[in-house]
Amino acid sequence: MTTKIFLQQLSNGISLGSLYGLVAIGYTMVYGILRLINFAHGDLLMVAAYTAIYGITLFSLPWYVSFPLAIIITGIIGILLDKCAYKPLRDAPRISLLISAIGASFLLENLALVIIGGVPKAFPRPEVFAKVIEIGGIRIQMLTIYTPIITLILLFGLLYIVFHTKVGKAMRAASVDFETTRLMGIDLDRIIAFTFLLGSSLAAAGGVMWAMKYPQVNPFMGVIPGLKAFIAAVLGGIGNIVGAVLGGFLLGLGEILLVAFMPEMAQYRDAFAFAILILVLLFRPTGIMGEPLVDKT
Amino acid sequence: MTKTRRNLILNCASLVVLFGILWLFQEYGTEYQIRILNNIAVFITLAVSYNLVNGICGQLHLGPNAFITIGAYTSALLTMSPTEKQMSFIIKPLIWPLSVIQVPFWISLIMAGTVATVFAFFISFPVFRVRGDYLAIVTLGFGEVVRVLCNALQSVTNGPLGLKGLKPYTNLWWSWSIAIFTIIVIQRLINSSWGRAMKAIRENEIAAQAMGVDPFKHLMMAFLISAFFSGVAGGLLAHLITTISPTLFTFFLTFNLLIIIVVGGLGSTTGAVIGATLFAWGGEALRVVESPMDIGPIHIPGIPGMRMVLFSVILMVVIIFARRGITGRNEFSWDWLLGKLSFGSR
Amino acid sequence: MKGIRWFKILSVLMALCACFVSPAFAEDVIKIGAYLPMTGAVAAYGQMEWNGLQIAHEMRPKALGKEIKLVLVDTKSDKIEAANAVSRLIEKEKVVAIIGEAISGNTMAGNPISEAAKIPSVSPTATNPLVTQGKKYAFRACFIDPFQGQVAARFARDHLKAKKAAVIIDIAQDYCVGLANFFVKEFVKLGGQVVSTTYIQTGDQDFTAQLSAVQAANPDIIYAPNYYTEDALMAKQARDLGINVPILTGDGAQADELIKIGGKAVENMYFTAHFHKKAATTELAKEYIKKFEAKYKKEADAFGALAADAYFLLVDAIERAGSTDGTKIRDALASTKNFQGVSGVITMGENGNPIKSVVINKVEDGKFVYVTTVNP
Repeated sequence: MTTKIFLQQLSNGISLGSLYGLVAIGYTMVYGILRLINFAHGDLLMVAAYTAIYGITLFSLPWYVSFPLAIIITGIIGILLDKCAYKPLRDAPRISLLISAIGASFLLENLALVIIGGVPKAFPRPEVFAKVIEIGGIRIQMLTIYTPIITLILLFGLLYIVFHTKVGKAMRAASVDFETTRLMGIDLDRIIAFTFLLGSSLAAAGGVMWAMKYPQVNPFMGVIPGLKAFIAAVLGGIGNIVGAVLGGFLLGLGEILLVAFMPEMAQYRDAFAFAILILVLLFRPTGIMGEPLVDKT
Repeated sequence: MTKTRRNLILNCASLVVLFGILWLFQEYGTEYQIRILNNIAVFITLAVSYNLVNGICGQLHLGPNAFITIGAYTSALLTMSPTEKQMSFIIKPLIWPLSVIQVPFWISLIMAGTVATVFAFFISFPVFRVRGDYLAIVTLGFGEVVRVLCNALQSVTNGPLGLKGLKPYTNLWWSWSIAIFTIIVIQRLINSSWGRAMKAIRENEIAAQAMGVDPFKHLMMAFLISAFFSGVAGGLLAHLITTISPTLFTFFLTFNLLIIIVVGGLGSTTGAVIGATLFAWGGEALRVVESPMDIGPIHIPGIPGMRMVLFSVILMVVIIFARRGITGRNEFSWDWLLGKLSFGSR
Repeated sequence: MKGIRWFKILSVLMALCACFVSPAFAEDVIKIGAYLPMTGAVAAYGQMEWNGLQIAHEMRPKALGKEIKLVLVDTKSDKIEAANAVSRLIEKEKVVAIIGEAISGNTMAGNPISEAAKIPSVSPTATNPLVTQGKKYAFRACFIDPFQGQVAARFARDHLKAKKAAVIIDIAQDYCVGLANFFVKEFVKLGGQVVSTTYIQTGDQDFTAQLSAVQAANPDIIYAPNYYTEDALMAKQARDLGINVPILTGDGAQADELIKIGGKAVENMYFTAHFHKKAATTELAKEYIKKFEAKYKKEADAFGALAADAYFLLVDAIERAGSTDGTKIRDALASTKNFQGVSGVITMGENGNPIKSVVINKVEDGKFVYVTTVNP
């Protein structure tokens, strides 16, 4: 393998990894507070992508209006998801919550299937992102460059909110001890709603970029990225935001480089993600950056 | 008459009644009804064995599809005739010992369970090193790995082309006998000292350990038994639908099983049975919402896909309003039924 | 016992549904059942085929002077459900013939049941050779994988003069694995060389790693017999990477969405197919394409056309049999000769596999353009 191809693959891996990371943040944040594996999280990618498409095609909005709008709408849907599917189950066994999440995920997918149909739709790619540039013989799409940059900006923004604002403080408190936080007079429902808003918006940003990278949108497009992002979150130590992004990068890079170095191994790609995960968990049972797990129920 | 004796008689009587009903269906029922009854039995076997790890031991295990896959493939490869195998493996020939072996159905089922158990034994070491959601994702991972291997190892599994032409050996007698056998074995296990230890681990692992319960030993026991019956059920499933391919065993199968046991009542065998029955029968009953309907003068054209939308809504409503599932952790008992009956007659 | 109460309410509701809402029913109709994946992983194929079926039904709503009623049953893209569906169609709906399923694995779950009940079935798009193998009542409207793979190999060698081929296989689809394997066999037999074999999976959206391997092998042609969704994305990424050799694919690529999603990247993509608008020789095809485009406002796709053909084949067989008896329809179906279908002229060959010519199309200026026809 030449350096050229290696660098090419490296950029692909980083771009894929940052998308995984972006989606994984949402998983990890919700998990941190509710100890819930939000299986419907991946489907928010799909919601965002469809909203963005309809914004552009149906209402003929320019992309720089349609995309942020899609992100906001998805954020609101995230809050609604919490209100309808998870809030009634706050003090229920965690497994009931999990089933509710699976139910919500089925509902989103099947609603899209009935309303929009299963035939994939093309995603309009704005020229700014679709442009391909050549640096020293390597062909890179602008999107590939923008994705990690946007991810890092969003990550630092998020870290600022979590570590330097009041609401972030409350979020951190809630993830350490739910009950005590409530006793301190913090409106937990609002904190949780805010968490869903943040997590869902990040997933939406990921979804829009995902749809630009792979411009076909169908009701099940969120399943695989969702699952991979979940693996990334666990890999990094679930509950830890920086860990989620790190896990995403590791997974994306690993997947791409595995296929690049050993193309005949590509059929084992999905198994590979899990193999890394199992190996890491064998040596660090709570992920790379995870703290020892305290069961809250 | 002592209670034990009364229960034994009632149990035997209800078994006779059940098999009487099955016989009636076998003789007079349509193929469609028989098929649904078979599905119910297979799902009961799967759900009850799955409940042992998830409900009784309290470990969120998301990899039963691995055992079902292994069971289904083992059993299918063992009962197919050598000529059928030769005709099916058109891309790569089947590897040697498997290509000539053919055994009776019941041996293939035992082998299905055994191979699944052996696999479970090997993965139990990494699996039970972690707990909680980490255990969930590791088991989910093994489920996916097995499916990926089935796709890739074309000289053993015929890859994505799948296996076909299996003899429809699974009938009401096989499926229901195995379902009932599974219920009896697992019920006895749950009510033994092993079962109590498993429940202790579920409630508080550290406390259980302090009381002298070895968590690894007990969890592994539950895991292996669960794997055995899942494997057997996989074999039954393969010979019920007479064709298998890796797409049958994705994590959606696991999700469905999880839904069954949680909606039924996590930790309750009765709940698992009710959940499985509702799932296998309800899916067919819900089809009415997709067919065109005439309610009075209003004509509603069928909307394909509505069934799944309604299924998700019902699922969420049930779980929100009955958060411990239909039965909770309660089990069916004759005392309870007789109590209800005498209350009603009073 | 809150749970128990809910369970009761639920079961009462279900019983109510089952009792009071009876499906619309009319006497003296011929019922043809369709079991298709309307939901689940391959819902797109099922929905496309259902679109085609509805057009076909509008075109010929009657047989033997009676109205034909199409009964659709969803399979959730799942084998267990597919088996249930066929059983239900036969026992509950009392259909005389069955159309379905869209993918081979599910068809193999449905076929044994219709076979046992002596009800003929025609699958629009189950291409796996095993589907009809050894079955008397099972038919299909599409090519089988070995045939299409061979034709593609011959076209690549003779017409495109390719010496070195790179094959990209969707490992999760028996259709793609089958096509690719038979292509490789024939291509090597014709003196070609396969320089790279890489794998992708349905639902994968990133193929850059595989494509870089292909690029390193420097082939004359890429054979990627996958479905249009993967093909469109793959072509896009290939062109982004600067791979400019022709891409050859199979009939799974013939959908309007290929061009919509792929855009400029799918220009010069060749595919083996059943029909082309311009080369449509049969009256049925012309009428179908016109109606399809009027109703759905897009190019007719292979899925819908094949589903329509499955329907027309059955109606034709029912007319010729002069009866709705399963065995008679089956015999008429098996003796189908030179039927002027939507996807070409169909003669039913051995094992319920149709013999028909392959059309090779390519994408040019955002349209499907006819290249040539290869006769069987």
